[in-house]
Amino acid sequence: MQLRVLRQPTMEEVTEMAEDVTFRVFRGEPDEDGTPVGKMVDYTITMDEGMVVLDVIHRIQSEHAPDLSCRWNCKAGKCGSCSAEVNGKPRLMCMTRMEDILQETPDGEPVLVKPMQAFPLIKDLVSDVSWAYELDKTISPLDGPEEMDWVFAQNEADRLQEFRSCIECMLCVNTCHVMREHQLWDKFAGPRFFVKLATLEMHPLDTTDRIPQVKDEFGIGYCNITRCCTEVCPAGINITDNAIIPLKERVVTEFYDPLAIIAKKLGLR
Amino acid sequence: MSDVKTHRYDVVVIGAGGAGLRAAIEATRAGASVAVICKSMLGKAHTVMAEGGAAAALANKDPRDSWQTHFRDTMKGGKYLNDWRMAEIHARESPDRIRELEQWGAIFDRTPDGLTSQRNFGGHTYPRLAHIGDATGLELIRTLQERGVHSGMEVFMEYTVRRLFTTDGRISGCFAYNRADGSLHVFEAKTIILATGGITRCWAVCSGSWEYTGEGHALAYWVGAEMGDMEFVQFHPTGMIWPPSVKGILVTEGVRGEGGFLTNNEGERFMFNYVPEMYADEFADTEAEALAWVDEIIEGKLATKRRPPELLTRDVVAKAINSEREAGRASEHGGVYLDISWRDEEQVKKKLPGMYHQFKELAAVDITKEPMEVGPTAHYVMGGVKVDPETQESTVAGLYAAGEAATGLHGANRLGGNSLSDLLTFGKRAGDNAASGSAACDDWLVINQGEIDEVIAETLVPLSREGGENPAKVVEDLREMMQEKVGIIRSAKLLQEALEDLDALANRETTTSPGGTRIYNPGWHQALEIGAMIDISRMCAIAALAREESRGAHTREDFPTPDKGHWSKVNSIISQRPDGEMEIRHETYPPISSELRALLDSSDLSDDEQSDATEGATTTDDGGSD
Repeated sequence: MQLRVLRQPTMEEVTEMAEDVTFRVFRGEPDEDGTPVGKMVDYTITMDEGMVVLDVIHRIQSEHAPDLSCRWNCKAGKCGSCSAEVNGKPRLMCMTRMEDILQETPDGEPVLVKPMQAFPLIKDLVSDVSWAYELDKTISPLDGPEEMDWVFAQNEADRLQEFRSCIECMLCVNTCHVMREHQLWDKFAGPRFFVKLATLEMHPLDTTDRIPQVKDEFGIGYCNITRCCTEVCPAGINITDNAIIPLKERVVTEFYDPLAIIAKKLGLR
Repeated sequence: MSDVKTHRYDVVVIGAGGAGLRAAIEATRAGASVAVICKSMLGKAHTVMAEGGAAAALANKDPRDSWQTHFRDTMKGGKYLNDWRMAEIHARESPDRIRELEQWGAIFDRTPDGLTSQRNFGGHTYPRLAHIGDATGLELIRTLQERGVHSGMEVFMEYTVRRLFTTDGRISGCFAYNRADGSLHVFEAKTIILATGGITRCWAVCSGSWEYTGEGHALAYWVGAEMGDMEFVQFHPTGMIWPPSVKGILVTEGVRGEGGFLTNNEGERFMFNYVPEMYADEFADTEAEALAWVDEIIEGKLATKRRPPELLTRDVVAKAINSEREAGRASEHGGVYLDISWRDEEQVKKKLPGMYHQFKELAAVDITKEPMEVGPTAHYVMGGVKVDPETQESTVAGLYAAGEAATGLHGANRLGGNSLSDLLTFGKRAGDNAASGSAACDDWLVINQGEIDEVIAETLVPLSREGGENPAKVVEDLREMMQEKVGIIRSAKLLQEALEDLDALANRETTTSPGGTRIYNPGWHQALEIGAMIDISRMCAIAALAREESRGAHTREDFPTPDKGHWSKVNSIISQRPDGEMEIRHETYPPISSELRALLDSSDLSDDEQSDATEGATTTDDGGSD
C-alpha cells in the first residue's frame, strides 16, 4: 500500500514514537476456592504515537502472548468491556492514553496492569461480573403506558440521560468499599444499580414504587457517600450527588419523616 | 465427546445486538422458549457503538415527512437495488418501533413540544433521526436489554456459534463453544435467527468491534443459504484518522447534521464540487445557501433552503474525500477537515457529547475550538443473507436473519439512521415469524452426530498445533490486503489479486498455533475466526469482480460510471455449490407495484424499468457468473 508522507516528524517525535514500554501484567486463574493464583509477567513492546493501554495489551497478544485474556469491544469508551486496574487505578483501558500513564509511572518502573480486584477472576485481566447480570434481573422494569401519547420536556429528559449514559463498565462497583472491602454482594446493589434505580424512580412514564426495595433489599444505607464511585466513572456521571443521595432522601421521606408518614396515611401524598 | 452439553429451545437467536434482542423479545412474547447466544457480554454488542440515531418518519420536527418520503429516500440512497418491499415495510413500521422503545424506557432527546426530537442526516429529506445526543445505540441496546431480561429469554454470554445444522434440509440446531471456559455446546432448535451483525473487521481501517468478523454471514453460507449484494460494503466518510491507534473509530454523521462542514487543506468546502446529477435539485450550490439552511435548522424552523452538500449520501461523501486525497489536497495526516467549531460551544457539547470526549481524550483535539481530521472507514455491509421480505426467513427452511446480517433493505448504499430502524423493524418480524415457524414444528429434528463430531474436532484442533504462526498475524495480513485490494476503489486486477491472496491466507489459516488452554484464550478464538473472515472476504471480492459498473458503495476504477441497463436491475447472489465451490449469479427483485413506483423520482429510472414494472415477471440472469 502506498503511504503519502505529508510531514517529516521532528526528532522529539521520532524518539517518542520509538519508545519501548514495559508492562507488568497479571497472568493467572482462580484456584478451586476462587482465590486468584498467578504472577505478574513483564512484557516489553515498542510504542506508536497516541497509543492507549488497550493498544499495548493487543500488541503484547500479537507479539508475545496470544493467550493473554482481556475483554474489549468498541475501543471507544462506549461499551464498558475493558475495565481493569492500571497502576492501581480502575479505568477503561481503551480510554487511557499511554502519554498520561507514562507521566504517572516512575522512571524505570513498569506499568502495572491487573484485573478488577473486587470481582472474582476468570483469567488474566478478565473478571467474572455475572453478579451484575443476576442483580439486574431483580429490579422490576419500567411499566410504560399502553397509549402512546406521552409528552415530556427536555429538562425532564436531561437528568435521566445523565444516568442513561452508564456503560455498565462496573468500575464504580469495583471501587466501592462496600464491595471491595466488605464483600456485601448480597446486601447492597452497588453504585451502578443505584444509578439504574434512580433512573426508574425519576422516569416520567414510570409508576412503580421501588423505594422499599432500595432501602431493604438493595441496602442503600451501607453507602456512606465517600464518592469513590463518582471519581472513577468514565461516563462522568455524578453518581453520588445525582443518583444515590436523592434515593437516600426518598427513603428518609418514605420511612423516617413523621410528617410524610402521616401525610401518606391520610392519603395526602 | 464427553463434555458436550445439549440444550433445547424453540427458537435460538444468535447475536444480542439490537436485532437479536428485538427478535428475542418478540419470540418470547409469542410464547416460544428462546435462547440468545452472544459472543460478548449482554449489552456490549456492536449496536452500542451506533451514534447518530434511528430513522423513522415520526414527522415531529417537520410535518411534511411521511413513510412515503422515507421509502423514496431509502430507495434513492440505495440506487434502486433495494428490495422495495422491505423498504416499504421499514418506512411504514419504524415509527411504531421507535415509540415502543420509549414505552419501554428509552429517553430520546425532546422537541420543544415534548415529543421525540429528530435530526438531519445524509440522504434523508427531512429531520428524521430519533436520537440521544450522539449515543443512540447505547440507549437502544440498554432499553432492549432491560426489556429482554424480563421477557424470559435465556442468555448464553460469551459463546461463539461455529456451525448451523440442517436435517433433511431444515434447520435443526447449532454448535457453540463457551469463550470463557472452553466448554462445548449443542443447541437443538426448531428455528434459528441470525442477528450477528456485520463483517467490517475484514478491513484494516474499520469502525467495527472485534465481533465484526462475519461469522454469521459465513454460518448461513456454509449451511446453504443464499447471500446477496456482497459487493456493497459501506465506507463511512468520517472516521478518526489520527493518532494511528484510533484510526477508523467512527465520527457520527450527526456532526454534519448539526452543521459541520468539510474542507480540504486549501480551506475549500469541496463537497460543492461533488453533487451527483440525481441529487442536484436538492442540495445547495453556494455556501450562503448551505449556511442559511443550517441557520433555519438551528432556529427550529422548517427548512426552506436546500441542504448543504455535506449531507449527501455516504457513498458520495466517502468517494469525494478519497478524490481530494488523490488530488493532493489532504489534511495533515491524510484525511480532510470536519469543522463544527463555528457553532456555540455549549450546543456542540450538548448535541455531540461523545464526539467532544472522544476527540478530547483520544486525539487531544477540542472540537468546539478546532476542526477534526477525518477519513473513510469500513462501516457496514449492505450485503448478507437473502430473506423473504415479509418473514425474514432465508432460503434455508427455519433459518431467519435480521439487521446487518440480512440483505435487501439498503440496496447499494445504506442511509445513515436506517440501520437502527432496520434492526428494530425486521428484528421484530424475524422474532414473530421464527416463533410461529417453531410452533408449526411438532418436534425437534435429530442432528447428525457425525456433523457434531466434525465441528468439535475442527474447533479444538488449533490448540494442538505447535510451532505455527500467531493467528493475529494472519488476521492482520488479511485486513491489510482487503483494505488495499477490495477497498473504496476497486479494479479487476486488484480483485483478482485479492482472490489469489485469499487462497494463500486460507493455507496459512490451517497452520496457526495460538498456544494456551481452552480457558478464555483470545489466540484460540482468533484462530477460529479466520475461516469465516476468508470466506466473507472472498464473497466480497467475487461479487465486486462480477459487477462491472460503479454504483453506490461499489466503485470500479475500470468501470467508473453506473450502468443504466443490465447492472441497474440485478442483484448478486452467492451460494455454495455441492462440491464446496463458491458460485455467483444475478437476479432481479419482483416488479414494484405502480403505487410505490409513483413515489420514486421518475428521472432516476430508465425507460425499460417502466416496462419491467408492467411485465410482472421475475427475470433471472446468468451474466457475470464467472
